[in-house]
Amino acid sequence: MRQHRVPLILLAYLAIFPLGAVVPGVLGVLQKAASVFPEWLQVYLLWFTDTYLLNLMILVLMWVTIGSAWNLIAGYTGQVSFGDAAFFGTGAYAAGLLSTKLGLSAWWGFLVGGPLAVLVAFPFGWICFRLRGAYFALATLALNEVMRHIATIWQSLTKGMVGIMIMPTFVSKLPYYYIALGLAVLSIVCIEIVVNSRWGYYFISIREDQDAAESMGIDTHYYKMVSLCIAACLTGLAGAFWMNYNGSIDPRSVFSLHDISIMAILVGIVGGVSTTYGPAVGAFIMVAVSEVFRTGGFGMLEGLARMTNSPATEVVAKYVKEAHALSFGLLVIVIILFLPNGVVGDWPRLKRALWPWSGKKA
Amino acid sequence: MFFEAHHIVKHFGGLSAVGGVSFRVDKGEIFGLIGPNGSGKTTIFNLINGFHSLSHGEIFFEGARISGLKTHEICRRGIGRTFQVVKPLKRMTVLDNVIASAFLRSRTKSQAIDLAEETIEFCGLGPCRDKPAGGLPIASRKRLEIARALATKPKLLLLDETAAGLNHTELEEAIELISRIRTAGVTIIIVEHIMKVIMTISDRILAINHGLAITEGTPKEVATHPEVITAYLGADYVA
Ligand SMILES: Nc1ncnc2c1ncn2[C@@H]1O[C@H](COP(=O)(O)OP(=O)(O)OP(=O)(O)O)[C@@H](O)[C@H]1O
Ligand SMILES: [Mg+2]
Repeated sequence: MRQHRVPLILLAYLAIFPLGAVVPGVLGVLQKAASVFPEWLQVYLLWFTDTYLLNLMILVLMWVTIGSAWNLIAGYTGQVSFGDAAFFGTGAYAAGLLSTKLGLSAWWGFLVGGPLAVLVAFPFGWICFRLRGAYFALATLALNEVMRHIATIWQSLTKGMVGIMIMPTFVSKLPYYYIALGLAVLSIVCIEIVVNSRWGYYFISIREDQDAAESMGIDTHYYKMVSLCIAACLTGLAGAFWMNYNGSIDPRSVFSLHDISIMAILVGIVGGVSTTYGPAVGAFIMVAVSEVFRTGGFGMLEGLARMTNSPATEVVAKYVKEAHALSFGLLVIVIILFLPNGVVGDWPRLKRALWPWSGKKA
Repeated sequence: MFFEAHHIVKHFGGLSAVGGVSFRVDKGEIFGLIGPNGSGKTTIFNLINGFHSLSHGEIFFEGARISGLKTHEICRRGIGRTFQVVKPLKRMTVLDNVIASAFLRSRTKSQAIDLAEETIEFCGLGPCRDKPAGGLPIASRKRLEIARALATKPKLLLLDETAAGLNHTELEEAIELISRIRTAGVTIIIVEHIMKVIMTISDRILAINHGLAITEGTPKEVATHPEVITAYLGADYVA
């Protein structure tokens, strides 16, 4: 239980504080509660009472789900997927189509999206798990593109590039926040249970040495599929959530190689593969990083450009906004070079680098 | 009939690594398989446990045909193996390596842990059970191979050069372990280059060269067979 203490405290915090954003009176209580902490900390404690940050936090939580799922198949089972968007998009379209085609609530997507993503994963895995290593990774890349093209071309069903729009159920962000939080917790708990069971031992054995695993009596093909299907299901749920939260999807956004599939990989490796909380940390970092780039350092660069009237800064601001793909690439290189096991996996090393004096006592 | 390989053949492209070998193994015996480097011993193991598909021939185990089954199915039937080039699950502890294997014959995780701990003690790996398998010295890695195979409760165990690279005392311990495995009721086919080991523990030995059987018999018969001496030491030695 000790290793879960910090995450549980964080969870309690994440569960309570955003209430201050809407429920009247709660904000006052929270402010009072926060006032026992030093002043500089209070600002951060009351962060999530702000809707802008709440929105970012919803993204973080959604990425916790996707990243944890990716971590199961790629980190624990060693089958690196470059095509998580295939499952995410399937879940999102499942939710969207239930609403536009059947007139049901898009929330039913939570029931249908996961299984439908599994339905995509199952035949794919059955065929492609004969491939090993990089060949499997390439196949997932192909799956990603195939699914995107299907969603684009099958216009009678999906409206093609136009995509799907639904009316959001809630005006407030808070319900979405709690649903995302629930989904993230569900994923982490689910994966933690799986990893500590027979399945987990099998997954890790397959990652470590597939031939050894086979001759230990493990049906490696079957268990790779089990792992992929669990991951696909969770990713599909995240997709269904996204449809409900964002209200609009199109093939380019939900089947995006860069914004979904690569992002999932980044969340996984930045946080640390095959660690329980790695993807959660990775999600936080990656959403923050991409937000900084998307907004050009929260408008700082543009502000600077206006202040100094310098066209050069303006150009820089423009490029920084557009260069986030490049910056993601650089981030990966830095992580692989300096923290090959991610922030969580290399935490002892990172701690020593950040606070060199803290380890001296030991 | 406990185990029978019937005229097994394996071609790799133009090379015939195993060119039609037949042998039988009786329940409870230790059956030795010898031959110079590249003579096809490991390939025979790979054929038995389904890593390679047979080009020709058939393999029977406990009366049923097992050739054509998948590797994990063959393991489930009761044939365990070790690898000449050891394959530890590096980033798992020794205990976790063996637990992963023990799940095959356990319904629950606690049963698997019990079986794994028992097997680790049996193989004398107790002192390093919580160490990552990747950092073990070679003698322990070889033992881990055996422990992992034993945790699947095999009836037939294929040992591929588990004594290679061991020093004198480790060698004695390895022989002692193999005899204990036999006493526990496991039939063994053993491939070994070290004559001292194979001659002292085998009941019968099959000698092969270039993928073909030279002779089969008791250790003494095989050791004095002129073709075996030629294969191992060159034609000059006999003359
Ligand atoms: N997967 C493979 N593909 C092609 N050729 C192979 C393969 N495996 C083995 N061979 C060839 O088959 C022949 C027999 O190899 P094998 O490994 O069975 O020999 P061995 O008797 O185990 O030798 P050693 O004593 O060195 O372990 C060799 O010529 C080898 O190069
Ligand atoms: Mg060999």
